[in-house]
Amino acid sequence: MDVKTGFFYLFSVVLLFASFRVVTARNPVHAVLFLMLAFSQASGLWLLLQAEFLAMTLVLVYLGAVMVLFLFVVMMLDINLDTLRDGFWKHFPLAATLGALVALEMAAVLMSGFRTSAAPKVAVAVGQVGPEIPNSKALGILLYTEYLMPIQVAAAILLVAMIAAIALTLRHRKDSKAISASEQVHVRASDRLRVLKMEPVKPGDAPNAPNAPEAPEAPATAEASKEIKQ
Amino acid sequence: MSQTLNASTLLAVPLAPLAGAMLAGILGTQFGGNWIGRRLTHTLTILGVLIAFILSAATLKSVAMDGARFNETLYTWMTVGGLNMEVGFMVDGLTAMMMCVVTFVSLMVHIYTIGYMDEDEGYNRFFAYISLFTFSMLMLVMSNNMLQLFFGWEAVGLVSYLLIGFWFNKPTAIFANMKAFLVNRVGDFGFILGIGLIAAYAGTLNYAEAFAKASELSALTLPGTSWMLVTVICICLFIGAMGKSAQFPLHVWLPDSMEGPTPISALIHAATMVTAGIFMVARMSPLFELSETALNFIMVIGAITALFMGFLGIIQNDIKRVVAYSTLSQLGYMTVALGASAYSVAVFHLMTHAFFKALLFLGAGSVIMGMHHNQDIRYMGGVRKYMPITWITSLLGSLALIGTPFFSGFYSKDSIIEAVRESHLAAAGFANFAVLAGVFVTAFYSFRMYFLVFHGKERYDQNPDSHHGHHADHHDDHDHSSHRPHESPWVVTVPLILLAIPSVVIGYMTIDAMLFGEFFKDAVFVDVGKHPVMQELADAFHGPVAMALHAVTTAPFWLALAGVVVAWYMYLINPAVPAAMGRALHPLVVLLENKYYMDWINENILARGARALGNGLWKIGDRTLIDGLLVNGSWKLVAMVSAWTRKLQTGYLYHYALVMILGIFLLMTYFVWLNK
Amino acid sequence: MTLTLGHYLSLGAMLFALAVIGIFLNRKNLIVLLMAIELMLLAVNMNFVAFSHYLGDMHGQVFVFFIMTVAAAESAIGLAILVLLFRNMNSINVDELDSLKG
Repeated sequence: MDVKTGFFYLFSVVLLFASFRVVTARNPVHAVLFLMLAFSQASGLWLLLQAEFLAMTLVLVYLGAVMVLFLFVVMMLDINLDTLRDGFWKHFPLAATLGALVALEMAAVLMSGFRTSAAPKVAVAVGQVGPEIPNSKALGILLYTEYLMPIQVAAAILLVAMIAAIALTLRHRKDSKAISASEQVHVRASDRLRVLKMEPVKPGDAPNAPNAPEAPEAPATAEASKEIKQ
Repeated sequence: MSQTLNASTLLAVPLAPLAGAMLAGILGTQFGGNWIGRRLTHTLTILGVLIAFILSAATLKSVAMDGARFNETLYTWMTVGGLNMEVGFMVDGLTAMMMCVVTFVSLMVHIYTIGYMDEDEGYNRFFAYISLFTFSMLMLVMSNNMLQLFFGWEAVGLVSYLLIGFWFNKPTAIFANMKAFLVNRVGDFGFILGIGLIAAYAGTLNYAEAFAKASELSALTLPGTSWMLVTVICICLFIGAMGKSAQFPLHVWLPDSMEGPTPISALIHAATMVTAGIFMVARMSPLFELSETALNFIMVIGAITALFMGFLGIIQNDIKRVVAYSTLSQLGYMTVALGASAYSVAVFHLMTHAFFKALLFLGAGSVIMGMHHNQDIRYMGGVRKYMPITWITSLLGSLALIGTPFFSGFYSKDSIIEAVRESHLAAAGFANFAVLAGVFVTAFYSFRMYFLVFHGKERYDQNPDSHHGHHADHHDDHDHSSHRPHESPWVVTVPLILLAIPSVVIGYMTIDAMLFGEFFKDAVFVDVGKHPVMQELADAFHGPVAMALHAVTTAPFWLALAGVVVAWYMYLINPAVPAAMGRALHPLVVLLENKYYMDWINENILARGARALGNGLWKIGDRTLIDGLLVNGSWKLVAMVSAWTRKLQTGYLYHYALVMILGIFLLMTYFVWLNK
Repeated sequence: MTLTLGHYLSLGAMLFALAVIGIFLNRKNLIVLLMAIELMLLAVNMNFVAFSHYLGDMHGQVFVFFIMTVAAAESAIGLAILVLLFRNMNSINVDELDSLKG
């Protein structure tokens, strides 16, 4: 058995074990940590497959960002650990059967459709002949020529995801004095001002003048501030 | 043939009574605000019928003397898919004779009604109805196509319904008019099937065109069966005649129709409407001649009716019922003649019977009036002393009915008996027996009634319910204690006299021309090769006088005489005999009193069965099956299915994920392994 | 023995199966559900990279690139929803999310 095969089996076993522990861990934090382990093993496997760029990306993106995000969330939520696993092992036989079925089926499909005993071909970039090009370069060539448009779309997706996440979970500060710009622009004159006709009050008249004016300002401002609060 | 008649004249014949009916019916009743009074009403309607009669007589003269004929369509109502629906007239010997009979009897009844319905509130309505009837009957007999025939058929049925139930506050009258209409409907069902078959196979409703195709039709069979088409058509048509002309078993409505006022019993249920069936079969003779089965059937039914209805007449106590059963029996005679292919003989008897039967009914009505609306002959007797004109005319009518030589009934009835004797049909043996036995029975019941009413002891005081409730006796202005009858006013007796005249002489005068002459030659078709009855009658005929004198040597004469003698003995000489016989033959009497249980069968089995069927179809068919199963069932099914389907929506994420994975699994299995 | 495509494919299959089991088992813990989804994506990525390597086609890796992008976005939003859910229902029990029940 050569080194590559040995590493493959090592990485695979740890990967599978870690995955198993992800789904069966009691403590969610443990589950996240096991997931991190799984991803790192996967990264190693991809290195074996000479996909260095992707392996590094896996570490950077998944381990560095997504898993950390998971950890944040797990630690932020005040989860009641006791009730979390009730009835867990009750469903295990059925789940195991299901999983075994899926695995076997997928394996059968995939392996029967492809010549699975041949040695790997050399990964060449499309249209390029010659000595082996580094993986990153090969990937880059493809991405910036054929897949230019999908890259822009992917960028947009990421942007949308970010905005969505913020929009979903944003909680405003209660003491914030910021005004909603859209509401400010939509104000009309009739919301702020009300004109009344009043009899003139001459000096020397009795205090109970004929038309005692109401206070026009107070209700208007009350309404306006209500609008702002909304 | 030689000349045609004037279309306007012919059109005026049915339209004049119609105009009278409309005016009387609309302006003379509450409907139009009671504008015209009684005198004007009866004047208008009588005028209408009089015009019709005069024009009919003129037409008869043209047809008989000058050989004029008419067959034209006056108005095409519509054409549907190649079938023409028209209004037209066909006038030949048969039509002209019917026109005269109908208008004459109608005129007599109109005049009679002035006296008979004098005290009735519905006077104007009555006149409107009988004029309307005259119009309908004329349209029926003058028609040249089956649609108009059917129109007239239904119209006379309608007017009959209206008139039987004239006193609509009487429950028995309402029962009777419904019965008449419904039984007629059963007949109409067959009639329509017959007309439909003709329309389908001949492609036309016009008589002339349909008869032209008769020989083609005779080769066809009804699709899907092995029955001859003509046989089916003829039997269906005859079923219609059975309903209208009250043949067994659709006879049950006629005795009940006596609930109506006597004038209409005379007009409709003796002289005209019930003869429509006979007329129709004679008119359709080209078709009937092609089917021997149908002719046999007709003969059997006629024979049964002739004999068994006569038996029922023996035990009736209501004067009108006796005459009603007599009518039924005579209709049976006419039918038997039709079956023997002696169509002209049947129509001849129709004519003579119209006169003497109308006479008998009107006479009975006169007696009823005189007896202050008592109709039970057990409480009459010796009426001849008080009502001479009624007595004489009724005697003449009875003599005509039983077939006394030289009277009109003799010629027609004996011709029928002769025709049946000469017929070679399979049913002729039974029919022969029936008509001969019927002669005795007819004579017996006729003279039973005559003797009980006009002769013998006066039994007026024996009547338990002497004041009948349904009519106020305004003309009862003499002693209540004696209840003596008195002669009816001239408006009643003049029609009696006018009807008595033809009852006596018309047979003698017309037999030669009608039966053995040219009169019906193109109206009635006889297949002389197969049914030589008329030919044999012609060979045996040597003139009316010879026939009358010869009668003494034939059986019918002696049977009739025997019937009269037995009736004389049983009801005048020895009145205890009927009661003793009744006790001895009690089961038979019960059978007769229950009218052979026909009414019981109709009411308890057929009517109840039909109602039960309707009920069952409603409860099971409509409510359970259609409403419950189909309508409600469909939504309930939808609700059930959606209730099950709803269970898939558990709301749990992991269930949905599981289903998705299973789906993928199944799809993979299918595409990878099963769809190679 | 040499490593063949088959090894990597079966590895991917088993990983996917484990993730499916994870979804099915974790009825009470929404976070682990999200993590199982990540595992599924990982299995798919594994397959892609293996194919790319053994068939000599770079397009597989490009696809992995995009899958990772989308997965990152999706997990961010998923966690945001989770946080909101917790704020409103004070639990992450999947069994309680049944308001869409028919």
